[in-house]
Amino acid sequence: MIYYIDNAPRGAPTILVGSTLVLATTTPIMDATPTRRPRKTVDTGTNLIEQARQSLLEPAGLGEVELTRLMDKLLTGQVDYADLYFQYSRHESWSLEEGQVKSGAHSIESGVGVRACAGEKSGFAYSDDVILPALLEAAGAARAIAAQGGNARVPTQWRASDGLQLYRPVDPLASLPDQEKVAVLERIERAARAQDPRVKQVMAGLAAVHEIVLVVRSDGTLAADVRPLVRVGVTVIVESNGRRESGSAGGGGRFTYRELIEGDTVLEHAREAVRQALVNLEAADAPAGTMPVVLGPGWPGILLHEAIGHGLEGDFNRKGTSAFAGRLGQKVAASDVTVVDDGTLAGRRGSLNIDDEGTPTQRTVLIENGILTGYMQDLLNARLMNVAPTGNGRRESYACLPMPRMTNTYMLAGNRDPQEIIASVDRGLYAVNFGGGQVDITSGKFVFSASEAYLIENGRVTRPVKGATLIGNGPDVLTRVTMVGNDLKLDSGIGTCGKDGQSIPVGVGQPTLKIDGLTVGGTQA
Amino acid sequence: MSVAVPATSGVAVFGAGARERLTSVVEAALTAAREQGVSTAEAAAQLSQGLAVNVRMGEVETLEQTRDKGLSVTVYFGHRTGSASTTDLSAAAVRDTVRAACTIARYTAEDDCAGLADPDRLARSIPDLDLLHPWNPPVERAISLAHECEAAALAFDARITNSEGASLSSHEGVEVYANTHGFVGTSAGTRHRLSAAVIAQNDGGMQQDYWSTVSRRPDGLEQPTAVGEHAARRALQRLGARKLSTRRAPVVYEAPAAASLLSHFIGAIRGESLYRGASFLLDHLGRAVFPPHVRIHEQPHLKAALGSASFDGEGVATAPRDLVCEGVLQGYVLDSYSARKLKMQTTGNAGGVHNLTIEPGKLSLQELLKTMGTGLFVTELIGFGVNVVTGDYSRGASGFWVENGEIAYPVEEITIAGNLRDMYRGLVAIGNDVDMRGNIRTGSILIGAVTIAGS
Repeated sequence: MIYYIDNAPRGAPTILVGSTLVLATTTPIMDATPTRRPRKTVDTGTNLIEQARQSLLEPAGLGEVELTRLMDKLLTGQVDYADLYFQYSRHESWSLEEGQVKSGAHSIESGVGVRACAGEKSGFAYSDDVILPALLEAAGAARAIAAQGGNARVPTQWRASDGLQLYRPVDPLASLPDQEKVAVLERIERAARAQDPRVKQVMAGLAAVHEIVLVVRSDGTLAADVRPLVRVGVTVIVESNGRRESGSAGGGGRFTYRELIEGDTVLEHAREAVRQALVNLEAADAPAGTMPVVLGPGWPGILLHEAIGHGLEGDFNRKGTSAFAGRLGQKVAASDVTVVDDGTLAGRRGSLNIDDEGTPTQRTVLIENGILTGYMQDLLNARLMNVAPTGNGRRESYACLPMPRMTNTYMLAGNRDPQEIIASVDRGLYAVNFGGGQVDITSGKFVFSASEAYLIENGRVTRPVKGATLIGNGPDVLTRVTMVGNDLKLDSGIGTCGKDGQSIPVGVGQPTLKIDGLTVGGTQA
Repeated sequence: MSVAVPATSGVAVFGAGARERLTSVVEAALTAAREQGVSTAEAAAQLSQGLAVNVRMGEVETLEQTRDKGLSVTVYFGHRTGSASTTDLSAAAVRDTVRAACTIARYTAEDDCAGLADPDRLARSIPDLDLLHPWNPPVERAISLAHECEAAALAFDARITNSEGASLSSHEGVEVYANTHGFVGTSAGTRHRLSAAVIAQNDGGMQQDYWSTVSRRPDGLEQPTAVGEHAARRALQRLGARKLSTRRAPVVYEAPAAASLLSHFIGAIRGESLYRGASFLLDHLGRAVFPPHVRIHEQPHLKAALGSASFDGEGVATAPRDLVCEGVLQGYVLDSYSARKLKMQTTGNAGGVHNLTIEPGKLSLQELLKTMGTGLFVTELIGFGVNVVTGDYSRGASGFWVENGEIAYPVEEITIAGNLRDMYRGLVAIGNDVDMRGNIRTGSILIGAVTIAGS
């Protein structure tokens, strides 16, 4: 019922502080402007399919004959649609604390998810043994759902489908020798400690994923992707006069360690984490109550992810369980607000060449000049709502069913100078950094928790206040956006989104913006 | 009318053969590790399988068969360590996984706290905790139970207009952990769950709520109709929720929400938080954290309970113990590594606490609300606004405004904020309405005063 985003690293346990989700950065570590590359040539898709075939099918002794046999078994019932999702992924993480890289972990997962859809029903099974007998058994279990439905035919021919070319099909784990990974973390540690003597503890982590997927669909489509993902994170604890505070920063995306460490941006994360922690050492209690709130650019865009993003996912709208159901064409935001979900940004954490159902990702306009214009769709919900899929069908792994999910969700820039926006507020909150957020999609109520915030008094940013949760109502919060800045920024590549127990990497972004009236959950009533 | 949940258990999918297979996998991993020249090593291998169905608006929506396996290995060369895991249990994959762990250990630093648990702390006997109650319901049976559950919710009131469905799941798992001190331990268990999430609607809008029942025993589940009706009642009660004005007030956390208060407490007394200095409860051993009427303890050996275990993730024997007695902190939550960092002894908590229990008081929930008089009754919390380093607490909430001990109206879109240090100290009373559906067992909790932010 509750869907969230946060910036806590997954699979790299050591840079969490207690059970608190670590804080984030707004430091621009990559291009601040969304970029897009042209849709690519036929070759790319075919090459990816060749790579996927070699990695996923050949070791298992599977070829087109076996795929046809599997599909034949899946479609024995009255099935509308079926697919196989082959996945191989390798994950590694390295963690530093107390000046030393003390632990590292490596994992390999591989398997096949087998799905059969009939009407609104989905039958699903998976196998982590990629061998024909196990897959035939999974196919038998998945198609058990289909007592009714349409009559998909077994494809007579397999057809390679093309995706985009937003990142290189490389293995990021192999992009840097292990001793250099260790050295990077040690440099981060030194940079953080050199920043200020009040730094008491530095925790830093590096993580990378190399993932190869192949989607085999009952309509004869074969689509493949090779996805790199890297992430760096640093958390510091500072202490002064018996008071302790923390700060965190990080970044990443779909590229290699080489690009991650280029130009010493990783050291900027260290400095940023220390800066935030020191600001928090000075923070007074946060105010409580409803007041104007100015949100900084970049990661504060989790506002959009929670307030409207989840509510515009196709499944909730098909079922009518979202507060946004049936509101297409209605005004849900101020006239200068345009929000998109865009999976086609080069190298971004939330980007994908194809989604996990083989559909190329796209730029979907969710809200255009204040009017609700679109939902995010996977194949099942698009078919049931009789609209086109939008390339938002995603899954955590072969062991999970795909669902409509976000990619990179952001608000386009307006024309206000950020300074002018702050100057327009008599008394309010300026929140520039956040931990995570959560939403109840049916009531529309959402929260996101500031980790770095300041009071605005008489048009000026005055003193820092402690982190506080902000709460609002998704369907109307954007109607109260009164100023949109000209400084669009995307986050640094740290977001993870959770829905029905499945975690996936996503991006968010926005320009500085002012909301006239949001509830700030501080302690000073 | 009601479809009775069976009193008898099914046959375990993972019998002696599965245990033998897992034991041979971990032994192969330890042998491969020795061949790589490790000083010590540990390995754990698991198998699990299950079924999950979701029925929505009277129709099957999803039917999922799950079957997982895995191996994880940690190696130590002196005090250098590396870990690796795989979902492939073939002999070749086991060797590759051990090699991957050894490769990592080549680059990690010497850390004299790293290593296996001390041999004298390993469990010597592994009592049967009655955790394995296989069910293996046929698919049709699982569907009919979920169907009955959702139907009861939809029929409960005309304002229940929509649904996210009712789900029934049943899982069984077995794990073998072994290390080069010679410890080999097997644990096996089941977990069955039935839940419903439905939507109530009136002119004012929609509200969703849910209820679930979970047990290691199939016959430990609540009746499907009871679960469905409970979910419906909860959704209906939320209709017409309003905001509150900003104020300070006492608050009762309904038992399921109160568990989060204890989870934050555990987060602050975990070894990892302590040795990093990342906790507001540093150096609080022997000091009062709660008022004198509070006792918090661990019960790892409760029969058939969800959080029971006879040994922890390192093979260390678990034992019942007090974490808080008469309000005073008696112990931390440690594994071997964090214990060595703190120059203490492991508390058998590698992997977490076991059936953490706050001793219930005598008051029913109604009496607890009466004791509060006028204040907030919180039934749901959202968001991540808890800072364990400082204890600062600020979360989104919904529930009910209570006047003179009676529920006045539902509330939403508010936050509650304070500092956990003050909130724990200000714990007035614990209800006797203990929620047993998880690893944290608590009744509803009354806290003296928090700040509520609203309009």
